[in-house]
Amino acid sequence: MKSKQQRQLFYLVPYGAWLLLFVIAPLFLLLFQSLTSANGGLTLHNYAVYFGSGTYLRMTFNSVWFAFLITLITLVISYPMAYLLNQLKRKQFWLLLVILPTWINLLLKTYAFIGLLSKTGTVNNFMSFFGIAPQQLLFSDWSFLLVAAYIEIPFMILPIFNSLAEIDPKLEQASRDLGANKWQTLRRVILPLSMPGVKAGIQAVFIPSLSLFMITRLIGGNRVITLGTAIEEHFLVTQNWQLGSTIGVILIVAMVVTMILTRDRVKKNTRK
Amino acid sequence: MKKLLSSVVAILIVVAVLFGAQRYLAAKTGSGEGGSKVLNLYNWGDYIDPALLKKFTKETGYKVSYETFDSNEAMFTKVKQGGTSYDLAVPSEYMIEKMKAANLLLPLDHRTLTELKNYDSRFLNQSFDRHNKYSVPYFWGTLGIIYNDKYVKASDVQHWDDLWSSKFKNQVMLIDSARDVLGFTLITQGKSVNDKSTADLAAAQGKLTTLMPNVKAIIADEIKMYIAQDEASIAVTYSGEASEAMVNNKHLHYVVPSEGSNLWFDNIVMPKTAKHKAAAYAFLNFISEPKNAAQNAEYIGYATPNKKALALLPKSIREDKQFYPDAKTVSHLQVYSDLGQKWTEKYNDAFLEFKMTQR
Amino acid sequence: MKKAFKWSNLYLWFVFILLYLPIFFLIIYSFNAGDVMQGWDGFSLKHYVELFADTRIIEIVVNTFLIALLSSLLASILGTAGALYIYDQRNRLIKNIFLSLNNILLVSPDVIIGASFLILFTVVGFSLGFASVLLSHIAFSIPIVVLMVLPRLQEMNQSLVAAAKDLGANNWQMLSRVILPVISPGILAGFFMAFTYSLDDFAVTFFVTGNGFSTLSVEIYSRARQGVSLEINALSAMMFIVSLVLVLLYYVISTRSSKNKKRGTRLVTPATEGL
Repeated sequence: MKSKQQRQLFYLVPYGAWLLLFVIAPLFLLLFQSLTSANGGLTLHNYAVYFGSGTYLRMTFNSVWFAFLITLITLVISYPMAYLLNQLKRKQFWLLLVILPTWINLLLKTYAFIGLLSKTGTVNNFMSFFGIAPQQLLFSDWSFLLVAAYIEIPFMILPIFNSLAEIDPKLEQASRDLGANKWQTLRRVILPLSMPGVKAGIQAVFIPSLSLFMITRLIGGNRVITLGTAIEEHFLVTQNWQLGSTIGVILIVAMVVTMILTRDRVKKNTRK
Repeated sequence: MKKLLSSVVAILIVVAVLFGAQRYLAAKTGSGEGGSKVLNLYNWGDYIDPALLKKFTKETGYKVSYETFDSNEAMFTKVKQGGTSYDLAVPSEYMIEKMKAANLLLPLDHRTLTELKNYDSRFLNQSFDRHNKYSVPYFWGTLGIIYNDKYVKASDVQHWDDLWSSKFKNQVMLIDSARDVLGFTLITQGKSVNDKSTADLAAAQGKLTTLMPNVKAIIADEIKMYIAQDEASIAVTYSGEASEAMVNNKHLHYVVPSEGSNLWFDNIVMPKTAKHKAAAYAFLNFISEPKNAAQNAEYIGYATPNKKALALLPKSIREDKQFYPDAKTVSHLQVYSDLGQKWTEKYNDAFLEFKMTQR
Repeated sequence: MKKAFKWSNLYLWFVFILLYLPIFFLIIYSFNAGDVMQGWDGFSLKHYVELFADTRIIEIVVNTFLIALLSSLLASILGTAGALYIYDQRNRLIKNIFLSLNNILLVSPDVIIGASFLILFTVVGFSLGFASVLLSHIAFSIPIVVLMVLPRLQEMNQSLVAAAKDLGANNWQMLSRVILPVISPGILAGFFMAFTYSLDDFAVTFFVTGNGFSTLSVEIYSRARQGVSLEINALSAMMFIVSLVLVLLYYVISTRSSKNKKRGTRLVTPATEGL
């Protein structure tokens, strides 16, 4: 038993120090800021502003909705991709090729998309061969979803791929031997076993999607406003750090709640 | 385990090589802390002719470490927090007022500033900095409308109210700035851009909402790229941005509506973090020299407040009404003053609500 | 059977093309004689010439990789420790608290992370520059490593650990001989994710950098005010080629040392057989 305590301490010290310095301390600062007024007094005014104004609530809803759509699109594209990658012979190599695009700067890729999607851009030029008049592609919800999903796909594929790679191929074989067809094996064996990866992927995509801000402007033309945009605005433009922190705190609370919810649900599912 | 360990070793070797390369390059470019013969200049990205920096080093021996920011507010945050040592920064006028109020600026010694006499008196002694106690003008400009004559007739876009015309459905790009967009709306209603009345602001917001069907996007610096590439036919943006877009597309024109608009300044100030004051004064005098200021203005494409430098510029630039508007238009231009926290928030909230009325 | 196989290949190709389309677009335009990513004005290498003459940007590239490699390495170590602690923790409440705290940095918008780190460094009196950027990058990379390693641990067979314990393995032996080999793919994945996050980060670095230190993202964002110059495209093209070569190299090395790998997989297989 003593050795376990020793072991735990050994892990806890570096990790705990990080938590204390870079998570708990900033979190405390954030909470403190959200509870102060511009003059420094303690107040709940910022929360009243947030919950009292339809604007912020509507924006929050919008933001969650878009993050949900991005996650869904990413998941639908990524799961089959991760599954098929896993069937390949040199899968580690192909996986690296999936990660590679993320090493090119985000802003540059966004600029490339602007070049592709703009009125005189490559896609419209290509479509004009088929006689389809120049379409307005930029500054629409669709272009925003496309680019956001594009950016997040590798972050979804990687964890799913990992949990799929973990599954023993013999299990699949056993399921086949027992008379299950390909779909049944996928649904009853592979899918439940890869759930942790899917969950990690959703967390890695949904949460950052709530706070996208560069693409909302460049591709969405500020027609899509996320929580991230609002926070960015309050920290950098209005300099109303108090309200910015308030939105941040609300975001964090929402995250903790969803995490606890998904955790329990997944547990139940696997028990079945 | 072996594999993990060898990966770690491999990474560390690469790190060591990179570290060596970084030391070597840093010594070559003179970045980093450096010695005392250094000037830390904090400026907007690509907002000075790099050749001038080289010339400055050659003439005075001070190496320039050029660091950039992308918004006045980001600059303010950095200077306020301390941890850095900027000797000179280039904020806009309202930010100078704010920095002054926050005690972040050092007063300039006018006896050492020998070249201040080169500036046009119209751009000195402004409301945000009386007697130029804290700042030296760098560039100035206006807010206006840029349009493409392939799609839009000049006579259709001479005034702010023209933006509301039903002809321009889904064609207008707006600059993503609460003060600028609400500002021109207030002007159409005969109000000041520094208006502090709840009723006026609400009226302006109401009018702005009706502009939405015409709005294609609300973006920032990218406007010049989009408008040069025919993505939109009309945009509201700053004169400097417009001049850059016009270099790339001959069909573009810039208009400052005669009923009034915003007149903005970017001035050089010395933040409290300054550690190399002698270098800072040397630079202020250097950039105020007519020849250098003219070279810089030609490179950047913004309007120079330096009278003697203006005289050195080619006639085509000097007499371009789009960027050096006549005295009558200038007399209608308004300068932003710092609204204070409460009203800045109100403007921003109104603007955020406007952005959300989209669909 | 044969047909189904082809369909899956088609899908793979489709996703790969989607992933690489913008990048090839960038690379092709880096050879454009014109100055914008629009309209082709003929082939030219002038942007590459500009790039190599620009010592400042080369220094920044070196800085960026230095920060990315160091921060992701250290974050992998700290993150693995964190994952092991959370995994070892039997108390569900404490476990959930740690997990939630872990994820806070993932949920927080970069702007908040950057701003709060800036306040933190100011409170502590830490001067801004290389060290502050490195610390921040380590800090925001740790949670992703934890997230990558934890599933591996949870899938690890308990009987393997129990067996090792019965055979008298001490903590260190258990870690190095049993646990680490099993979770090493997770650590590697975490390292890559951390590396990626670090390369891509703009907002946090923007806040905590100072005294002349800059990374590629910050430099590109500040240059973007004038429209991205194709010199940056040339740089991306070069970085892309180098990364591609590294990936190929990695592949060659890993296949050559496949003997080691087999030993590794053999260790995993009996572990999962017990399921």
